[in-house]
Amino acid sequence: MRKILILFAHPMLHKSRVNQQLIKTVQGLKNVTVNNLYEQYPDFFIDVRHEQDLLLAHDVIIWHHPFYWYSAPAMIKEWFDLVLEHGFAYGRDGNALEGKTAMTCITTGGRDQTYQSNGLNRFPIRDFLLPFNQSAHLCKMDYLPPFVVHGAHLLDEMAIAERCKNYKCVLEFLRDGDLSGVRNSKEAYMNQLIT
Amino acid sequence: MHLDEIFFKIIIYLLAAVISVPIAKKLGLGSVLGYLIAGIVIGPYVLEFVGNEGDGVMHIAEFGVVIMLFIVGLELHPSMLWRMKRLIFGLGGMQIGFTALIFALITAFFWLNTAQAITTGLILSLSSTAIVLQTLSEKDMLQTRGGRHSFAVLLMQDISVVPIFAILALFANQVVSDTVGVNELNEGAPSGWYQLLIIIGAVGIIVVGGRYLAHYVFKFIAETGLRELFTATALLLVIGIAGFMDVVGLSPALGTFLAGVVLANSEYRYELEDNLEPFKGLLLGVFFISVGASINFGLLLDHWQLILLILTIVIVVKLLVLFLLGKLFKLGKSHNMLFTFSLAQAGEFGFVLISFASQNAIYDTFTSGILLIVVALSMLTTPVLFIINEHIIQPRLIKSDKRDHDVVEDNGHPVIIAGFGRLGQVLGRFLNANRINSTIIDNNPHNIEYLKKFGYKVYYGDITKKDMLEAAGAAKAKVLVVAMGERRQIDKLVELTQKHYPNLKLVVRAVDVAHDLALQNTGVNAHRQDTFDSAIQLGTDALNALGVNPHQSYRSALTFKHLDKRFMKNLQQRYSKDDPHFVMETKQFSEHLENILLMQQKHPYQEFDCAWDTHSLIDEAMEEGGENKEILK
Repeated sequence: MRKILILFAHPMLHKSRVNQQLIKTVQGLKNVTVNNLYEQYPDFFIDVRHEQDLLLAHDVIIWHHPFYWYSAPAMIKEWFDLVLEHGFAYGRDGNALEGKTAMTCITTGGRDQTYQSNGLNRFPIRDFLLPFNQSAHLCKMDYLPPFVVHGAHLLDEMAIAERCKNYKCVLEFLRDGDLSGVRNSKEAYMNQLIT
Repeated sequence: MHLDEIFFKIIIYLLAAVISVPIAKKLGLGSVLGYLIAGIVIGPYVLEFVGNEGDGVMHIAEFGVVIMLFIVGLELHPSMLWRMKRLIFGLGGMQIGFTALIFALITAFFWLNTAQAITTGLILSLSSTAIVLQTLSEKDMLQTRGGRHSFAVLLMQDISVVPIFAILALFANQVVSDTVGVNELNEGAPSGWYQLLIIIGAVGIIVVGGRYLAHYVFKFIAETGLRELFTATALLLVIGIAGFMDVVGLSPALGTFLAGVVLANSEYRYELEDNLEPFKGLLLGVFFISVGASINFGLLLDHWQLILLILTIVIVVKLLVLFLLGKLFKLGKSHNMLFTFSLAQAGEFGFVLISFASQNAIYDTFTSGILLIVVALSMLTTPVLFIINEHIIQPRLIKSDKRDHDVVEDNGHPVIIAGFGRLGQVLGRFLNANRINSTIIDNNPHNIEYLKKFGYKVYYGDITKKDMLEAAGAAKAKVLVVAMGERRQIDKLVELTQKHYPNLKLVVRAVDVAHDLALQNTGVNAHRQDTFDSAIQLGTDALNALGVNPHQSYRSALTFKHLDKRFMKNLQQRYSKDDPHFVMETKQFSEHLENILLMQQKHPYQEFDCAWDTHSLIDEAMEEGGENKEILK
């Protein structure tokens, strides 16, 4: 069983519909740690040592956040800037994360059709995740296809519940399953990959 | 007197002070009463250590009053005086006028002739600047409305000593001319106009000298860098002015007061105050001791009924006049009580004026003796009056204000704020802004009156009592914020709440580090040192003012705060075996600081922001470049 670390960042969780449910669903899972960054560091004063220890102690790292401006909320960026130190996470001597697996879990208002060259957002969603993709690679991690909840604003309760169940299955797969098929897969989404 | 006699007397005086004042303070009687009692004890009627030279001592000690008035003047800005002119001349003038009039009428009716009656009226209308100011400032009440009104009246009384002297001089002339031929009058006291000229001249010299010369003199002395020279200059200044005034025939105290006012804007003001303060305190103490020693108990015992009668009349009349005037000037009840009770005694200028009157045959020996005793005894009653006011009248006033403790409507507010002073108010505003309604309790009725104007609903009550806590809604509330300023009260409330309302979350103010550590033990939900964050913030401002990058200082502040939390936890672990309060207080503060600094070395705060630093990246890039290194321009 692998250990999964969810680095969760939502600045206004009480106003969220989807993310709240997603996290609630997976919070209690065995070997899954939810690290609620905005709650932990309300003043953005990230405890770098603590975060690095967490990274060392887990095998699968998930960045879970709403998709703000084709990217992540500021806290995630702060986390990247401070926690992935040269000599720890990357660089000639930075091997702490070598061999681990990374994945993105996002919720976005745009429906999947819009994330195409002829759509409103003009590019597939994996394109927008390139920074995360490459960052993971620089840290010698494998980057999986993302788990994405599209059209988040329009989902009703049932649809949300479905997505939550899906997320749970993905995590269980990441924890227990054989990842050789999915590592560095060029697939667009993680959502269907496991079913 | 031989040297050893002088030493003996000095030792006696100082010993008396050192013994009686701490006792008096412990008993809540105030230092002045302590000095007075010391004087009585060492005086000719009890221990007989001091006696007739009491007069001489009193002259020296009067310097205490003189210095005190200089310092009072220093603290005044002429603009403040001008602003208070209504109080000073209106309230003060009326107090003197009416009181003097009533006393004059009473004494004229019963005992004295006209001149004597007016003299007595004027003398008795004055209150004791020394005692009242000292007591009010000890009790921290100078800034209250009642305190300020008292201050204004005292100021007017000090000012009026000059015209009173002039009036007495006139009577003296009258006496002289009654018993002596008119021709000899011209060789006697100077005429009215001449006197006026002298007064104007003297005042002029002080004002001009103070405004233009003093600065250069002080600068010259200060540049020597010798501390004692400045002290000498300050003393020289005060004594010089006092002496000058004396020669000219004016009140020394008023002269120094004036000098103080002129120098209030000088940059050497604090230095002056600093240097003179110890002298003032000591000399005032000796002054009060000599007042106590000068009470003629023989005369007192012989005529105690008369004296008691006069004393009662004096106090009652003064109380009445003050009370009515206070109402006229719209003082609130409790402020008026403070005002009334604090000024109801006769003042130390009484001694000076009575002696003057006696020397000039306005009074005979008997009258002056009796009056001196009355004045001294009335001064003795001051602390008692203060006590009556504080413990009997004020509490009753608060009750009669239809408050009792307020009936708190249980609105089911989720938060109770206990204590609505400086900290509670800001906190309340913040919670308000977050649309959290709080029930606010405070036990200072002045606060409540004041805050009502700003639209706050503050209940009066002592929330460290169980019924008040219950009435405030502790059973239904979710959080109790303990924002009071006194440690004992805070601890009491915490204990009470945890005992009776264990589900009520406690957010507690800690008054210092020791308290913070102690609160850690009690398991409250949150506790915080009240001044810590402000101190760090101001420190950040200081860094920014030095030109440090604001983000850098901000990060630095954050780091410091987080590290301090860690230090505190570690300190806590070290001390948790013993009662941290006890241990913190017995260990030297420096050791505590040493601990903090040691820990700081172990947690260098660079570690938090390493990633922003690119040095290691640059090193690696340089190494990997090798011969292919391109040094980019």
